[in-house]
Amino acid sequence: MKLVVIAGPPSAGKTSLIKQIVKRFKDEITIAFLKIDVVKAFEDIELKKEFGILTKKVYSGDLCPDHAGVMVLGDAVAWAEKSAADLLIVESAGLCLRCSPYLNQGLGIIVLSSISGIHVPEKMGAMVSLADVAVITKIDLVSQAEREVLIQKIKEVHTGIILMETNALQGNSLHRLYKLIKNSPDIDKDNLFLKGNPPLGTCTICVGKKEVGWKHHFGVVQKLDGPFAEYLYRGE
Amino acid sequence: MIKEITIFPGIDKNGFKEKFTYIKLKAGETVSIVGPTGSGKTAFITDIELLAQGDTSTKRRVIINGEIPTDEIRYNPSMKPIVMITQNTKCFADLTTEEFLQIHARARKIYDQKVIQATIDLANTFTGEKIKRDTRVTVLSGGQTRSLLIADAILIGAAPVILLDEIENAGIFKQEVVSLIHNTGKIVIFVTHDPVIALLTKTRIIMENGAVKNILYQNEPEIKVAQNLLELDKKIGHVREELRAGKAITYDFLSVNFA
Repeated sequence: MKLVVIAGPPSAGKTSLIKQIVKRFKDEITIAFLKIDVVKAFEDIELKKEFGILTKKVYSGDLCPDHAGVMVLGDAVAWAEKSAADLLIVESAGLCLRCSPYLNQGLGIIVLSSISGIHVPEKMGAMVSLADVAVITKIDLVSQAEREVLIQKIKEVHTGIILMETNALQGNSLHRLYKLIKNSPDIDKDNLFLKGNPPLGTCTICVGKKEVGWKHHFGVVQKLDGPFAEYLYRGE
Repeated sequence: MIKEITIFPGIDKNGFKEKFTYIKLKAGETVSIVGPTGSGKTAFITDIELLAQGDTSTKRRVIINGEIPTDEIRYNPSMKPIVMITQNTKCFADLTTEEFLQIHARARKIYDQKVIQATIDLANTFTGEKIKRDTRVTVLSGGQTRSLLIADAILIGAAPVILLDEIENAGIFKQEVVSLIHNTGKIVIFVTHDPVIALLTKTRIIMENGAVKNILYQNEPEIKVAQNLLELDKKIGHVREELRAGKAITYDFLSVNFA
């Protein structure tokens, strides 16, 4: 089974891109789809209705979606394999920009809209720098020069990334992506690892303490006026 | 170097195959794409810009010098032999004009910094209100944005194929633009509703329902009519600039001959 992990900010065009991928492959292979979101998601229902593929979703709720993704992905791979899927597509909400959901196997795709802002490639950290492929969407909304400026910015963050531009609603120029998916090797489910490092530690807020002030807490939060050398606050 | 590009037929909006066998455009050729709005003009030049290989909604294929372009040519801006001026009159990048041009020059692998000022200077010949180096591109007017993008396409894009989507819009000095890119040995393709631009090109591609309907070549009377319209257009331009400058129009302008 092949694995594709798709990440990117809300409204970048992830689902539109997934629809194009499903449309391209649904008659040749069995596709399973997992959506990980925080509060609300409709993509699984939409894709099932439109293409009749296997879908599942999970809400991370109070947990960060990438954390939830790591925990449930083992189950998802088992579910997809049991359902005899040839391709598992995972769509991640990708919110805090600290992590990236990409794994050491399969294909990691970042979806960015051409109008998302020129500094976004730098701001999104690991979600861009650890991706295998960047798909720039909504290219009909900006000039060619501006598209090339955004591409240059992404390349300066991640020189090895494979870049492609599309209007995901029409699915323009995605042959190259389809080829990459087709040629990506099957995953070995016992050796799946996160590509990036998870966030450092945890803190008392994360586990639910409500008291205000430093004396009630410890963790890795920096003080407001803390000295620069003291990068991390470790509790009083 | 691009000697020619060849476009192979795709499908119209109803899924029927286009009726031409292929369209071959040679270096130095000027072409206009005409037809009603929604007839597929922009989609036609977008296919050329993306060097489509049956993977756009029109299913057309475009080849260069008789060969299928490599991935490198299709996807690496510094290798891309095509620049396109789209209808966009807005930049979203939060950058100054100088930064925008610097990054684009890097993308196109141009390292001579003189190109930045040269591009701004050229843009300022197309627009009434001057653009400065430190003007943020997000606050440029529609006309300023297009002027900048045209100058950028000519000097930084510097490609052998130029695609221009309705440059007559947004109130720029179109005569300057047209005279500048004529006779450059490039393949220049105008999507246009402007009779002067359409009549000045050697080839006209007529679009309908998403497909190429016909291809016409400039004839003798059209060359003469184009000259006529050009004169008229200059006079209208003169009146327009007087009005834009806040001046009152006098009897002197009555000499304008609309015949």
